[in-house]
Amino acid sequence: MTRGIGKIAFGGIVAFIGLYFVTALAWTWYSSEKRPDPDKPGQRIAEGPVPAPPHPVVIRQPDGKVMVDSGRRDARGEPVMVACATCHDTRPPEPSLHSSSELDEFHQGLTYAHGELSCLSCHNANDYDTLKLANGQAVDFSASMSLCAQCHGPQFRDYRNGSHGGMQGHWDLTRGGRTRNTCIDCHDPHHPAFPQVMPVFPPMPERGETLPHAHHE
Amino acid sequence: MNDTSQGCGSNCSCKGGGGARDDSLFSRRNLLKGGAMTLGAAAFAKALSPLAHWTREETSVEEFLQKHYRELTKIDLELVLKRLEKDAKENYGTDVTITDHRPQKGVKFGYALNLSICIGCRRCAEACHHENNHDRATSNSYIRVLEMTKGSMDMEKGNVHYDHPVPHPDRFYMPVQCQQCDNPPCVDVCPVEATWKEEDGIVVVDYNWCIGCRYCEAACPYHARRFNWKKPVIPKDEINPNQSYLSNRIRPQGVMEKCTFCLHRTRDGRMPACLEACPTGARVFGNLLDPHSEIRKVIDTKRVFVLKEELGTRPSFFYFFDE
Repeated sequence: MTRGIGKIAFGGIVAFIGLYFVTALAWTWYSSEKRPDPDKPGQRIAEGPVPAPPHPVVIRQPDGKVMVDSGRRDARGEPVMVACATCHDTRPPEPSLHSSSELDEFHQGLTYAHGELSCLSCHNANDYDTLKLANGQAVDFSASMSLCAQCHGPQFRDYRNGSHGGMQGHWDLTRGGRTRNTCIDCHDPHHPAFPQVMPVFPPMPERGETLPHAHHE
Repeated sequence: MNDTSQGCGSNCSCKGGGGARDDSLFSRRNLLKGGAMTLGAAAFAKALSPLAHWTREETSVEEFLQKHYRELTKIDLELVLKRLEKDAKENYGTDVTITDHRPQKGVKFGYALNLSICIGCRRCAEACHHENNHDRATSNSYIRVLEMTKGSMDMEKGNVHYDHPVPHPDRFYMPVQCQQCDNPPCVDVCPVEATWKEEDGIVVVDYNWCIGCRYCEAACPYHARRFNWKKPVIPKDEINPNQSYLSNRIRPQGVMEKCTFCLHRTRDGRMPACLEACPTGARVFGNLLDPHSEIRKVIDTKRVFVLKEELGTRPSFFYFFDE
């Protein structure tokens, strides 16, 4: 009889220990599957910003009035700048002119490498303080992008899609604005190819670093 | 008592002046043994001596007991950030703000780079160096600009040590940084889960959890991870004080680090530093989940490709050429 009770008690203890292990296992599993706790920073996703009116995208503007360096200096040593009209008001236009080297004076040293264009392809012979579209319409110097876009359609399309031209500011326009370069920030209109530069910041091989195999010419 | 009065006692091995015996203290055998043990101990001490020169700052108790970033409660994390700001002040002598920038709902970052426009000037790498508080002496940067021969797309054949006016007419230039893979091998190999992919696609490192085994560096097919061989040295007036826990705070020695798409900027809605530094506008950054974003327009309208597509890493970094 006492042996029987002992057996039952022993079985009960074994069953209890077994149950304890199963519970512990289930609890571990449950806690690992738990929903993200909003108090734990690593799992929280910040709420998106409240939809706000988008901030402006500002395109850098070229300075209003264009002046040309006369090559002379004033009493304080500052270069004397001359407005276009100062000379061009009284001179007849030269439609066949392609480069400053064909000129006897002024605009000397102006590097020109922009296809087959002549000066008056873009400059307005009726008003040298403005530019001229292909259809003869005058445009302000600050709106030169529309002039460039006449020939450089793919670049203009990419610019409008945001994949041409440098920019600073916010990718998220609901949180801040953006400043974009205009064409002539990077391209000199008279020789628009981006110039060669010396690279900055030469890399140093780090200790133990696996560099991609360097090839030499 | 009689025993002790005779010489040095019976238990002593010298046995009252019989010094030349084999089992005596100064026997040839014992001297050789002693010499060998001394040499052994000296060799052992010498082998351990690099530990004495290991300059990693002493770990405070709080630092040692700090939990994994994802297990920190809000309060814990605030204390950790306070402590890290204090450490930065002590070690670098400048006031920094370390914030916990979290992903934004509905945002997954993507980056695209126009290889027709990139001229290889390395200004992106330089901007990264300063933005992310890299060690000055090693010129570390998360971006490596590869000079590639036209006709090859094999990044392993790219040359990083070019030093001539760029762009060279026979070459093109391919900056490579972390590709923020959707299937990141670096995350898979981490034995301690110190690196993981966040909801906005950025693969981050908990610098305080990393054990510095460098498995992730070996696993990354893009050579995008860097190791802090020593404590970064940065002049205090050059330190970028706008820092984030998972991003550009000054890393301790002996841990891995990587590009985070400047999450301390981009999670605030700003552009990454490398994009703003690019003088040619070759880089396009944005939200892949926004169908009107610039990055989506690039993917929709350009023939984009990813590096080492055959590995199945599914990068969030795209390259393209103009048509």
